[in-house]
Amino acid sequence: MLLAVDPVPWARSQMAFTLAAHIILVPLGVAWAFMALIANWRAIKRDDADALLLAQRWSKYMAVTFAVGAVTGTVLTFEFGLLWPTFMGRFGAAFGIPFAIEGLFFFAEAIFIAIYIYGWKRMQPWPHFWTLVPIIISGIGGTVSVVAANAWMNDPGGFTLNSSGQVTNVKPLNVIFTSAMPYQALHMVLAAYLVGGFLIASVYAAGMLRGRRDRYHRLGFIIPFTVAAIAAPLQMIVGDQLARYVYNNEPAKFAAIELVPTTGSDVPETLLGHLNSNGTVTGGIKIPGLASWLSDPSTGESTVVQGRNAFPTSSEPTVREVNVVHLAWDVMVGLGTVLTLLSAWFGASWLFRRRMPQSKLFLWLAAASGIASIVALEAGWVVTEVGRQPWIVVNYLKVENAATTNGGVWITFCAISAIYLAVGTTLLLVMRHMSKRWRGAAELDESEVPYGPRPEHEKVLAP
Amino acid sequence: MSTAVAVVLFFGVTAYALFAGADFGAGFWDLIAGGAETGARPRALVDHSIGPVWEANHVWLIFTLVVLWTGFSSAFQSIMLTLFVPLTLAALGIVLRGSSFAFRKSVFTTRARRFAGALFATSSILVPFCMGAVAGAIASGRVPAGGEAGDWWSSWTGPTSVLGGVLAVAACAYLASTYLVADAIRLDEPDMVDYFRSRALVAAVGAGAIAFAGIFILRSDARYLYDGLASRALPVVIFSALCGLASLWLTFTRRHRLARPLAIGAVAAVVVAWGVAQWPYLLPQTLKVSHGAAPDPTLWSILIVFAAAAVLILPSLALLYYLDQRSALTGDTAE
Repeated sequence: MLLAVDPVPWARSQMAFTLAAHIILVPLGVAWAFMALIANWRAIKRDDADALLLAQRWSKYMAVTFAVGAVTGTVLTFEFGLLWPTFMGRFGAAFGIPFAIEGLFFFAEAIFIAIYIYGWKRMQPWPHFWTLVPIIISGIGGTVSVVAANAWMNDPGGFTLNSSGQVTNVKPLNVIFTSAMPYQALHMVLAAYLVGGFLIASVYAAGMLRGRRDRYHRLGFIIPFTVAAIAAPLQMIVGDQLARYVYNNEPAKFAAIELVPTTGSDVPETLLGHLNSNGTVTGGIKIPGLASWLSDPSTGESTVVQGRNAFPTSSEPTVREVNVVHLAWDVMVGLGTVLTLLSAWFGASWLFRRRMPQSKLFLWLAAASGIASIVALEAGWVVTEVGRQPWIVVNYLKVENAATTNGGVWITFCAISAIYLAVGTTLLLVMRHMSKRWRGAAELDESEVPYGPRPEHEKVLAP
Repeated sequence: MSTAVAVVLFFGVTAYALFAGADFGAGFWDLIAGGAETGARPRALVDHSIGPVWEANHVWLIFTLVVLWTGFSSAFQSIMLTLFVPLTLAALGIVLRGSSFAFRKSVFTTRARRFAGALFATSSILVPFCMGAVAGAIASGRVPAGGEAGDWWSSWTGPTSVLGGVLAVAACAYLASTYLVADAIRLDEPDMVDYFRSRALVAAVGAGAIAFAGIFILRSDARYLYDGLASRALPVVIFSALCGLASLWLTFTRRHRLARPLAIGAVAAVVVAWGVAQWPYLLPQTLKVSHGAAPDPTLWSILIVFAAAAVLILPSLALLYYLDQRSALTGDTAE
């Protein structure tokens, strides 16, 4: 092909970029319906007009973000084939199964979002309320299915290969329920609720900082922030379990996470720091023995952690990748801790003063929590993906051997980046515009959002 | 077993062709409706007719891709490697179309709306053309088996691919015009009925002529497919032709109610005829369906998911359709 360039780095970049964009929309698609459920319940049960308005407006934002998420998700479906044809060709028979199930959830979610939006004027309040439940279930089900596929890449199982490397037998349940799957799936579902909650709450926190401290804004803050504040400490516990799982089952990734050059006990937890190409670690703050202790508290500091010297260089991340993984890990855990502390502040205030914290500092931090949680989400995803390198399917297929041979991938990368930037900018502008219009007290009709009913047809008179 | 999954796969392809086809076709009429003033009325009708279950189109496409990569991995590999260019173009077109769907209802300046509309309409032609070219490349045996890459350019620019692309665009326009006629009747706009009726007649004759000319192209360029169409797929071909002619006659004599289902039948039969004609091959003459299929447990999984979808999704779609037909409740139940 004309202007052919090595496709592997471009394919990786394109996949990383499009996934990084899609993963921001995921928490909104998964968790927003749950927030709307709370608001809608309150609206009917207590005849709360503010809550009703929130549920109605949220459903319209949901429609816009879901429509964009559907597009970025479709692109990913194409990319599995366009960028990683050898991966799909060799392992599609196993890897594809969770995706088939995901398709089912996606279909159900799309239909029920439309039903919910239609239902505002066409259904009785309670039946209408219940149509949120399938959206919530399909959001969680879809997340679990996709993460099951990712867990399978980290911990492939449920298939046998013949001598020529073809998949000959498949056990679908073993493909779906790999040992990594429960931890990873729970971690991602909680992440979706955590990010969705902080992100939505942060918008209302910003509004309150600008002086919009009416009941509507308080409620719009409290509902999602409470959901996030419950998810945050749970996420710390699940994350800790997942890390221990990685210690036991993905030792090469664990060595990268904890920046461990050589196998040994009494391994320190290094905050920040840098791995050099000669295998030494410089910089950062070392907390003696903590990495060993966290890996297995029952044996404490004497726990042995496998270092990078325990693996052949060809099957562990490069030094550069290790530094990326370790930094991403620190960012994720650091931000997760800060967000948990913020949640504790919120919780303590409710417990002792029966109201949310009133200080400006809290609102400033809450307004930043949305961006912070997205950064943590992206960092966590970098840990699992870059930490798996050089494998696409651990111990079976390397990324460089899975990629397409088409030399034109750099062109598609450039095109898709430009389009995504435009789409992302438009999405933000559209949502801002919706919010401004609402502040001007002009309500949007359901027919003005995607999935909504057809507008009343206005006849355009012939000139 | 592999046969059942192949049928499921083709069910997805046909559903995508019909549902997405009507929407792509609407975009086609939007594009050629003329200047801002003359095109205002047909555009308003097109806008109104773009279905509420638009998202179903994405789902059928994703469904088809997932069934293909799970059930027939190595054919999927070959197709994706060989047809990188048209499939990438189709994916980009889908992004543009999907985004303008997401935004065009909620962007409020006329200029932005017009820009979204133009993107929408242009990609409405690009996507079906590319999909038709992909079908032509597969049907004419230009995609090699065994996860190999065929030629990145000539694989999808051959006569059969051009035929497939042009036929796809024409069939979409034809389908959409019959829908738009019906909508114009429902909205009681007699001059729009005439407007789309004349276009439906042109599109029907055009699509029919392309399909007829296609027979000769296939005879020289895709012999296996031609032989299949002339033998085991012949009843389907005849069915398609009869549906098309009947729908043309009904449109001509202004009996529009039956014209629409017959148009659907004609287009669906073309897609089915393609599948039947290249049977038992997935990639004609190099890879048979039975050889290219995944192990049985994987195929079972696909069939179970398909059955679950039928049980869960159809009633939900029915509920949405019911709500679509039902007018707003009176009183203060909401808002």
